Amino acid sequence: MDTITTQSPPRWRTMLDRLRNWSLANSPWLVHYNSGSCNGCDIEILATLTPRYDLERLGVKLQGSPRHADVLVCTGPVTRQSADRLRRIYDQMPEPKFVVAVGACSISGGAFRGCYNILGGVDEVIPVDVYVPGCAPRPEAIIHGVAVLLKKLQPDRAEEIDRLLVEAGAVVGEEEGIDEPNAELLGAR
Amino acid sequence: MNAPATERFVVPIGPQHPALKEPGHFEFTVEGETVVDATVRLGYAHRGIEKGAEGRNWTQTLYLIERICGICSHIHSTAYAVGVEQLAEVEVPARAQAIREIICELERVHSHLLWLGVAAHDAGFDTLFMYTWRDRETVMDILETMSGNRVHYSANVLGGVKFDLTDESAVAILKGVEFLEERTHHYRKVVSEDAFFLQRTRGVGTMTHAEALALGVVGPTARASGVARDVRLDAPYVAYADFPARIQLLTAGDLEARFLARLDELLDSFRLIRVLVAGLPAGELTAKRMPRKLKPGEVISRVEAPRGELFYYIRSTGGEQPDRVKVRTPTLCNMGSVITQTIGHNLADVPMILVGIDPCFSCNDRAVTVRRAGDDNGRAWAWADLRRYGIDYYRRIRN
Repeated sequence: MDTITTQSPPRWRTMLDRLRNWSLANSPWLVHYNSGSCNGCDIEILATLTPRYDLERLGVKLQGSPRHADVLVCTGPVTRQSADRLRRIYDQMPEPKFVVAVGACSISGGAFRGCYNILGGVDEVIPVDVYVPGCAPRPEAIIHGVAVLLKKLQPDRAEEIDRLLVEAGAVVGEEEGIDEPNAELLGAR
Repeated sequence: MNAPATERFVVPIGPQHPALKEPGHFEFTVEGETVVDATVRLGYAHRGIEKGAEGRNWTQTLYLIERICGICSHIHSTAYAVGVEQLAEVEVPARAQAIREIICELERVHSHLLWLGVAAHDAGFDTLFMYTWRDRETVMDILETMSGNRVHYSANVLGGVKFDLTDESAVAILKGVEFLEERTHHYRKVVSEDAFFLQRTRGVGTMTHAEALALGVVGPTARASGVARDVRLDAPYVAYADFPARIQLLTAGDLEARFLARLDELLDSFRLIRVLVAGLPAGELTAKRMPRKLKPGEVISRVEAPRGELFYYIRSTGGEQPDRVKVRTPTLCNMGSVITQTIGHNLADVPMILVGIDPCFSCNDRAVTVRRAGDDNGRAWAWADLRRYGIDYYRRIRN
């Protein structure tokens, strides 16, 4: 996060950061890593990208290489085998980078907490920016998680993103309203 | 740069790779374009569920077992529940068994559609991927109407099921099945007629009947090679004795046959779901009483998961917790066939051959030790032993 707000940086640096944030927030590229998940969250992430939910309308694209990615989407608890890989994938991503932990397991280990091969949640290994709870989280919740991240990067686009969310069906309209505490719960650290 | 054709390269794939949705590591030795050797390294998703089950009581284990796999979660919990009920000598009402079977078949529909999409994606046919996933949402909606959740439906409780089939969900099921049946006929046409797609599937990864028997493959992978093996018919569980499935056999044994076998199974599932909804027996949803402690004993439970035979061994020593739960999943049986099938094929065909068995690494990644009969009675493995063993093992297969 330190690349976004640095203390009294030179002017060119601020400009560059703003440009980088602008391009990133308009089209974040995701890379997905399953560090020991049951597949439940993985298929919901795929469902999020396919026609019914179509996350691509927010400019989001899932692609293969960590070196091209802005956002690492993690699913599952971290197993002892995959901890190393997870750290390596995170290290390979260029700055600035963000991590979204999808599912109860990636938050705390979930149902598998206490099993001998489980280290715990994703934040045992790498820093996490947004947590999406659920077992498995509905595609709407995953969209919401990504939107929370995007709004954090570009506060002045918040309204536009909210409108897109309502259109995507991820949030019910204002009248029914999404509870504030709920939004906080889903929100960033 | 043209390397001489005799030069060998090792191409590592995974654990994070665009062609893999799950972590697994493969090393393919190639000579030019041709794969001459393949090794697989599994275990990235090994979580220690079997051991974890021993620290939970019978009911808690049900929910842990369900999370072995997010795609076929119901079949895992069914296998476990059927086994535990047999241990407890509890009679499950007929209506509950039939509802279990409906969910089993709906799960097969969702799993096969999911697979069709992912397989098409690996073939570079993203249009088909998007269409199947759009249609798959229909069955996800049905499951959600019935259970309230899209992925882990938690339909089973020990001794029965948690929810009834309401008139509302029966209507939703019939409507959804009608739509999906029409779409499946269309997909069957695409898969068997599209010239470009056939170039990726016809004659690729062929496994003869004899090879399939020798490798011990299960499920649609075996049935596409003409091996008549389906637990739903061989050893009917839940309500499959009253509402039997029909076996879908093909003989070609190539990737195309594996596509068609699964699509035929989809069509049969639709038929079966209609029969079940129409003839659902009346009665209770759960058994009168399910004991908290189970008598000492052991039981074997076999079910037909979307990917093939799923095998459970459950042992009780009379306590509130299982003494041992052993799971053998279909992917583990089929994985060996990938390694043998890929040899001699182009590297570009490898993802298709892998996806042809419908691999599920989260099911697959469990510890197995094979002992000869008459060996010592085994020993406890400490963490350091396992680590040592792993290092030695991979050093050995590398050389």
